[in-house]
Amino acid sequence: MSAALRVNSFPARLMALSAALLLATPRARAAETNPATAKMESNPELSGGNATIFDASPKAFGFPLPGLDEDSRASFFVGHSFFLRNWVAAGPPITRAGLGPLLNARSCSACHANDGRGRPPEPGQPLVQVLMRLSVPGAGAHRGALPDPAYGGQIQGQAILGVRPEADIVATYTELPSQFSDGEAFSLRSPTYSVTNLGYGPLAANALLSPRAAPAMIGLGLLEAVPEPALRAIGEQQAREGKGVRGRLNSVWDVAAGKMAIGRFGWKAEQPSVSQQTAGAFNEDMGLTTPLLPLESYTKSQATICETQSPASQPNVSAKILHDVVLYSRALAVPARRRMTDAAVLRGERLFQQIGCAACHVPTLQTGDADLPQLAHQTIRPYTDLLLHDMGDGLSDQRPVFDAKGNDWRTPPLWGIGLVSTVNGHTFFLHDGRARNLTEAILWHGGEAQTSREKFRILPKSDRDALIAFLNSL
Amino acid sequence: MKANSVLILIVLTCLRLSVTAGGAAPVAKTEVADLKRAVIANYAAVASASYKDSLGSAKKLQSAVNALLAKASEETLIEARRAWLSAHQAYSLTETFRFYNGPIDQVEGLVNSWPIDASYIDSVADVPDAGIVNAVSTYPAISRALVISLNAKDGKQNISTGFHAIEFLLWGQPPGGRGAGNRSWHDYADGGKNVQRRREYLRLVTDLVVEHLQTVATAWASGDSDNFRAKFVTMDPDTALANILMGMGALSGPELSGERLTTAYETKERGEQQSCFSNSTCDDLIANAIGIQNVFLGRYTALSGEKVEGPGVFGLLQKMDPDFAGKLSAQVTASVAAMQKIPPPFDRAILGTNQAPNRIAMKKAITALQTQSDMVAKAARVLAIKMNL
Repeated sequence: MSAALRVNSFPARLMALSAALLLATPRARAAETNPATAKMESNPELSGGNATIFDASPKAFGFPLPGLDEDSRASFFVGHSFFLRNWVAAGPPITRAGLGPLLNARSCSACHANDGRGRPPEPGQPLVQVLMRLSVPGAGAHRGALPDPAYGGQIQGQAILGVRPEADIVATYTELPSQFSDGEAFSLRSPTYSVTNLGYGPLAANALLSPRAAPAMIGLGLLEAVPEPALRAIGEQQAREGKGVRGRLNSVWDVAAGKMAIGRFGWKAEQPSVSQQTAGAFNEDMGLTTPLLPLESYTKSQATICETQSPASQPNVSAKILHDVVLYSRALAVPARRRMTDAAVLRGERLFQQIGCAACHVPTLQTGDADLPQLAHQTIRPYTDLLLHDMGDGLSDQRPVFDAKGNDWRTPPLWGIGLVSTVNGHTFFLHDGRARNLTEAILWHGGEAQTSREKFRILPKSDRDALIAFLNSL
Repeated sequence: MKANSVLILIVLTCLRLSVTAGGAAPVAKTEVADLKRAVIANYAAVASASYKDSLGSAKKLQSAVNALLAKASEETLIEARRAWLSAHQAYSLTETFRFYNGPIDQVEGLVNSWPIDASYIDSVADVPDAGIVNAVSTYPAISRALVISLNAKDGKQNISTGFHAIEFLLWGQPPGGRGAGNRSWHDYADGGKNVQRRREYLRLVTDLVVEHLQTVATAWASGDSDNFRAKFVTMDPDTALANILMGMGALSGPELSGERLTTAYETKERGEQQSCFSNSTCDDLIANAIGIQNVFLGRYTALSGEKVEGPGVFGLLQKMDPDFAGKLSAQVTASVAAMQKIPPPFDRAILGTNQAPNRIAMKKAITALQTQSDMVAKAARVLAIKMNL
């Protein structure tokens, strides 16, 4: 059995948009902050405000916020351990047991290696650090994605002993040659995924698949602390500019609050909080239940075999361990910028503004109140608006999640992006890792970003290099 | 059992340091600039001597492993374990040279990764067929490239190589989950299942540690106009000093106080100790703290007895803020002492109530190393150097 998802070919249709020029940095009301920290915060090198660390080694994404109190530090390091280590199906040590029955990975670190970005599969190789979300058309609970009746919300390509994995997914790529206006050639690779060895019958005929690479873990607590009105204001400002850029907040189900909330995390902003994102990853990626999501992720049609092999009991991840892993995820510091006064970097920064990148990759945000003082009232430089934007047909997964349509993707933060090659040993970007470097990532932009993308394409090489130098300084 | 290198260095910690008290006279700028250069050059000499010993000890381990493989016996196995302990001690003294994308950071994951999922490498208690060694059909040939490619693949605990892979291959899992492992030398004698593959695996991973430490030692060696050391001693002095302090501070706080002590203290899990198969983690911790002290004082006594001496971070701080320099010096001494007071073995030191003397000692070490990290960050401010921890 085999099903294939054909990703639409590039280039996407051109959108008649005028230039999106430099957007004024939004200043949230929370800007009136502790005067003692104001001086340090004014330094643009400090990507994470006071939560910035100076490290450019392979460990750069793995540091705790500076000055954590003793209890939070203890939680951070316990959380680190549970993030890093392999879970087992059953047996001692019981604190790390309960894996599966179906799973994508045995540890968080399997995909977020060194707290960094996942690597896409080599052509012809199976997916590991990229997972495949799955649904069928229509709205599920609380208007979310409707899971495939047989396979659920994502394909789990691994399983514990005695249970059949759901499927194998293999990526192949088609080269799409094109060129810059100066004649230099480039090629973008468009992925196609084939799903084979289906273990539980056919996928729904109209199944929607969406590949997702594991994103870097830095600064999540800071992004969580940006007040909702500030994000809403950015979208309104973009709309007022009338240049075709118009970000929208996703509206998603908040399990703990039992109501709808804005989405902040995930490639389509489908998660409202780090805790729900974490519990969701435990649940679907590793087959581990938590107090927040106490039901195993297998479907009704998988229940017989799964319950025999993995009897339901207490949540596999205790409230304490979930808390610690969530705190860990929220308290990873952001590395400082590097080489930011180099001439090329400064020129690239101006170009980033001039060709409109900064309209969505908003350089500066302010955090509001937060439980940890390092996260509260900081001027941060994540280069995101956390909003959904139509990115064109070329990047579309054609799979809606809550208010995010197939073409919509959340602006991913760019902080730390220049360290990915050091931390993870690769430079694959975008939601499925199809871009082999930053240049390709820019060239994949379409939809609301088409104008900026085209401006980049016609820049002279020295300017393109300067823009990339700027991105690598983040 | 402690390696000679540690004993020699502990003596250093007992030396009294003269600390100038009182306010500093205004310091001439050129004098400070010259001192900074001298501190950086001396740091490079300490690093070079430390890695030379680490490499030398690793080569002795390699010889001992080769002797074990040439003629497996109780004696050759014990000798290999002894050589491992010495080599890991010498390496632990160098860990303060990490955390700034220097030579060791390029290979550290292949040299000293932990924790290890033992079942990723070889048989474990309940799963005799576990691991790369027994995965004959998946990996028909065990090669250098294979071992490197499998390191940290699909999870940070999936460690295939480095000191702790060797440790597991020499000791095995502790029986009943307590104490040190006691692998039989028959695991390396002809006849058993997959013995040839295990022998080849041990030889390969031992060679890899030597190979990688060689690259680091070469990068720090003197007399090369184009290696890392040459660039380090000529780079912007404040950047070099930020790197020096980052290494000290990151090892003290996030690494030692955090990952190596707090996690074990909180979870009470024996697998949370670095050298869990040999149960020698207490020695690692002491050597780590002494390594930081060596950099702070600018001194190192090599295994050959040869001494490196020169101005350290301490000397520079004395010039800028003698009062603070004295306080950090006292803290560095206290941190070494706090590590020495954790009663070995580590897997017992983590157990009991929070009032148990062993747990109190652990908690004191956790606090001491975190305080040290905070003070190193403050040292950066004293020197007007950009760093944060």
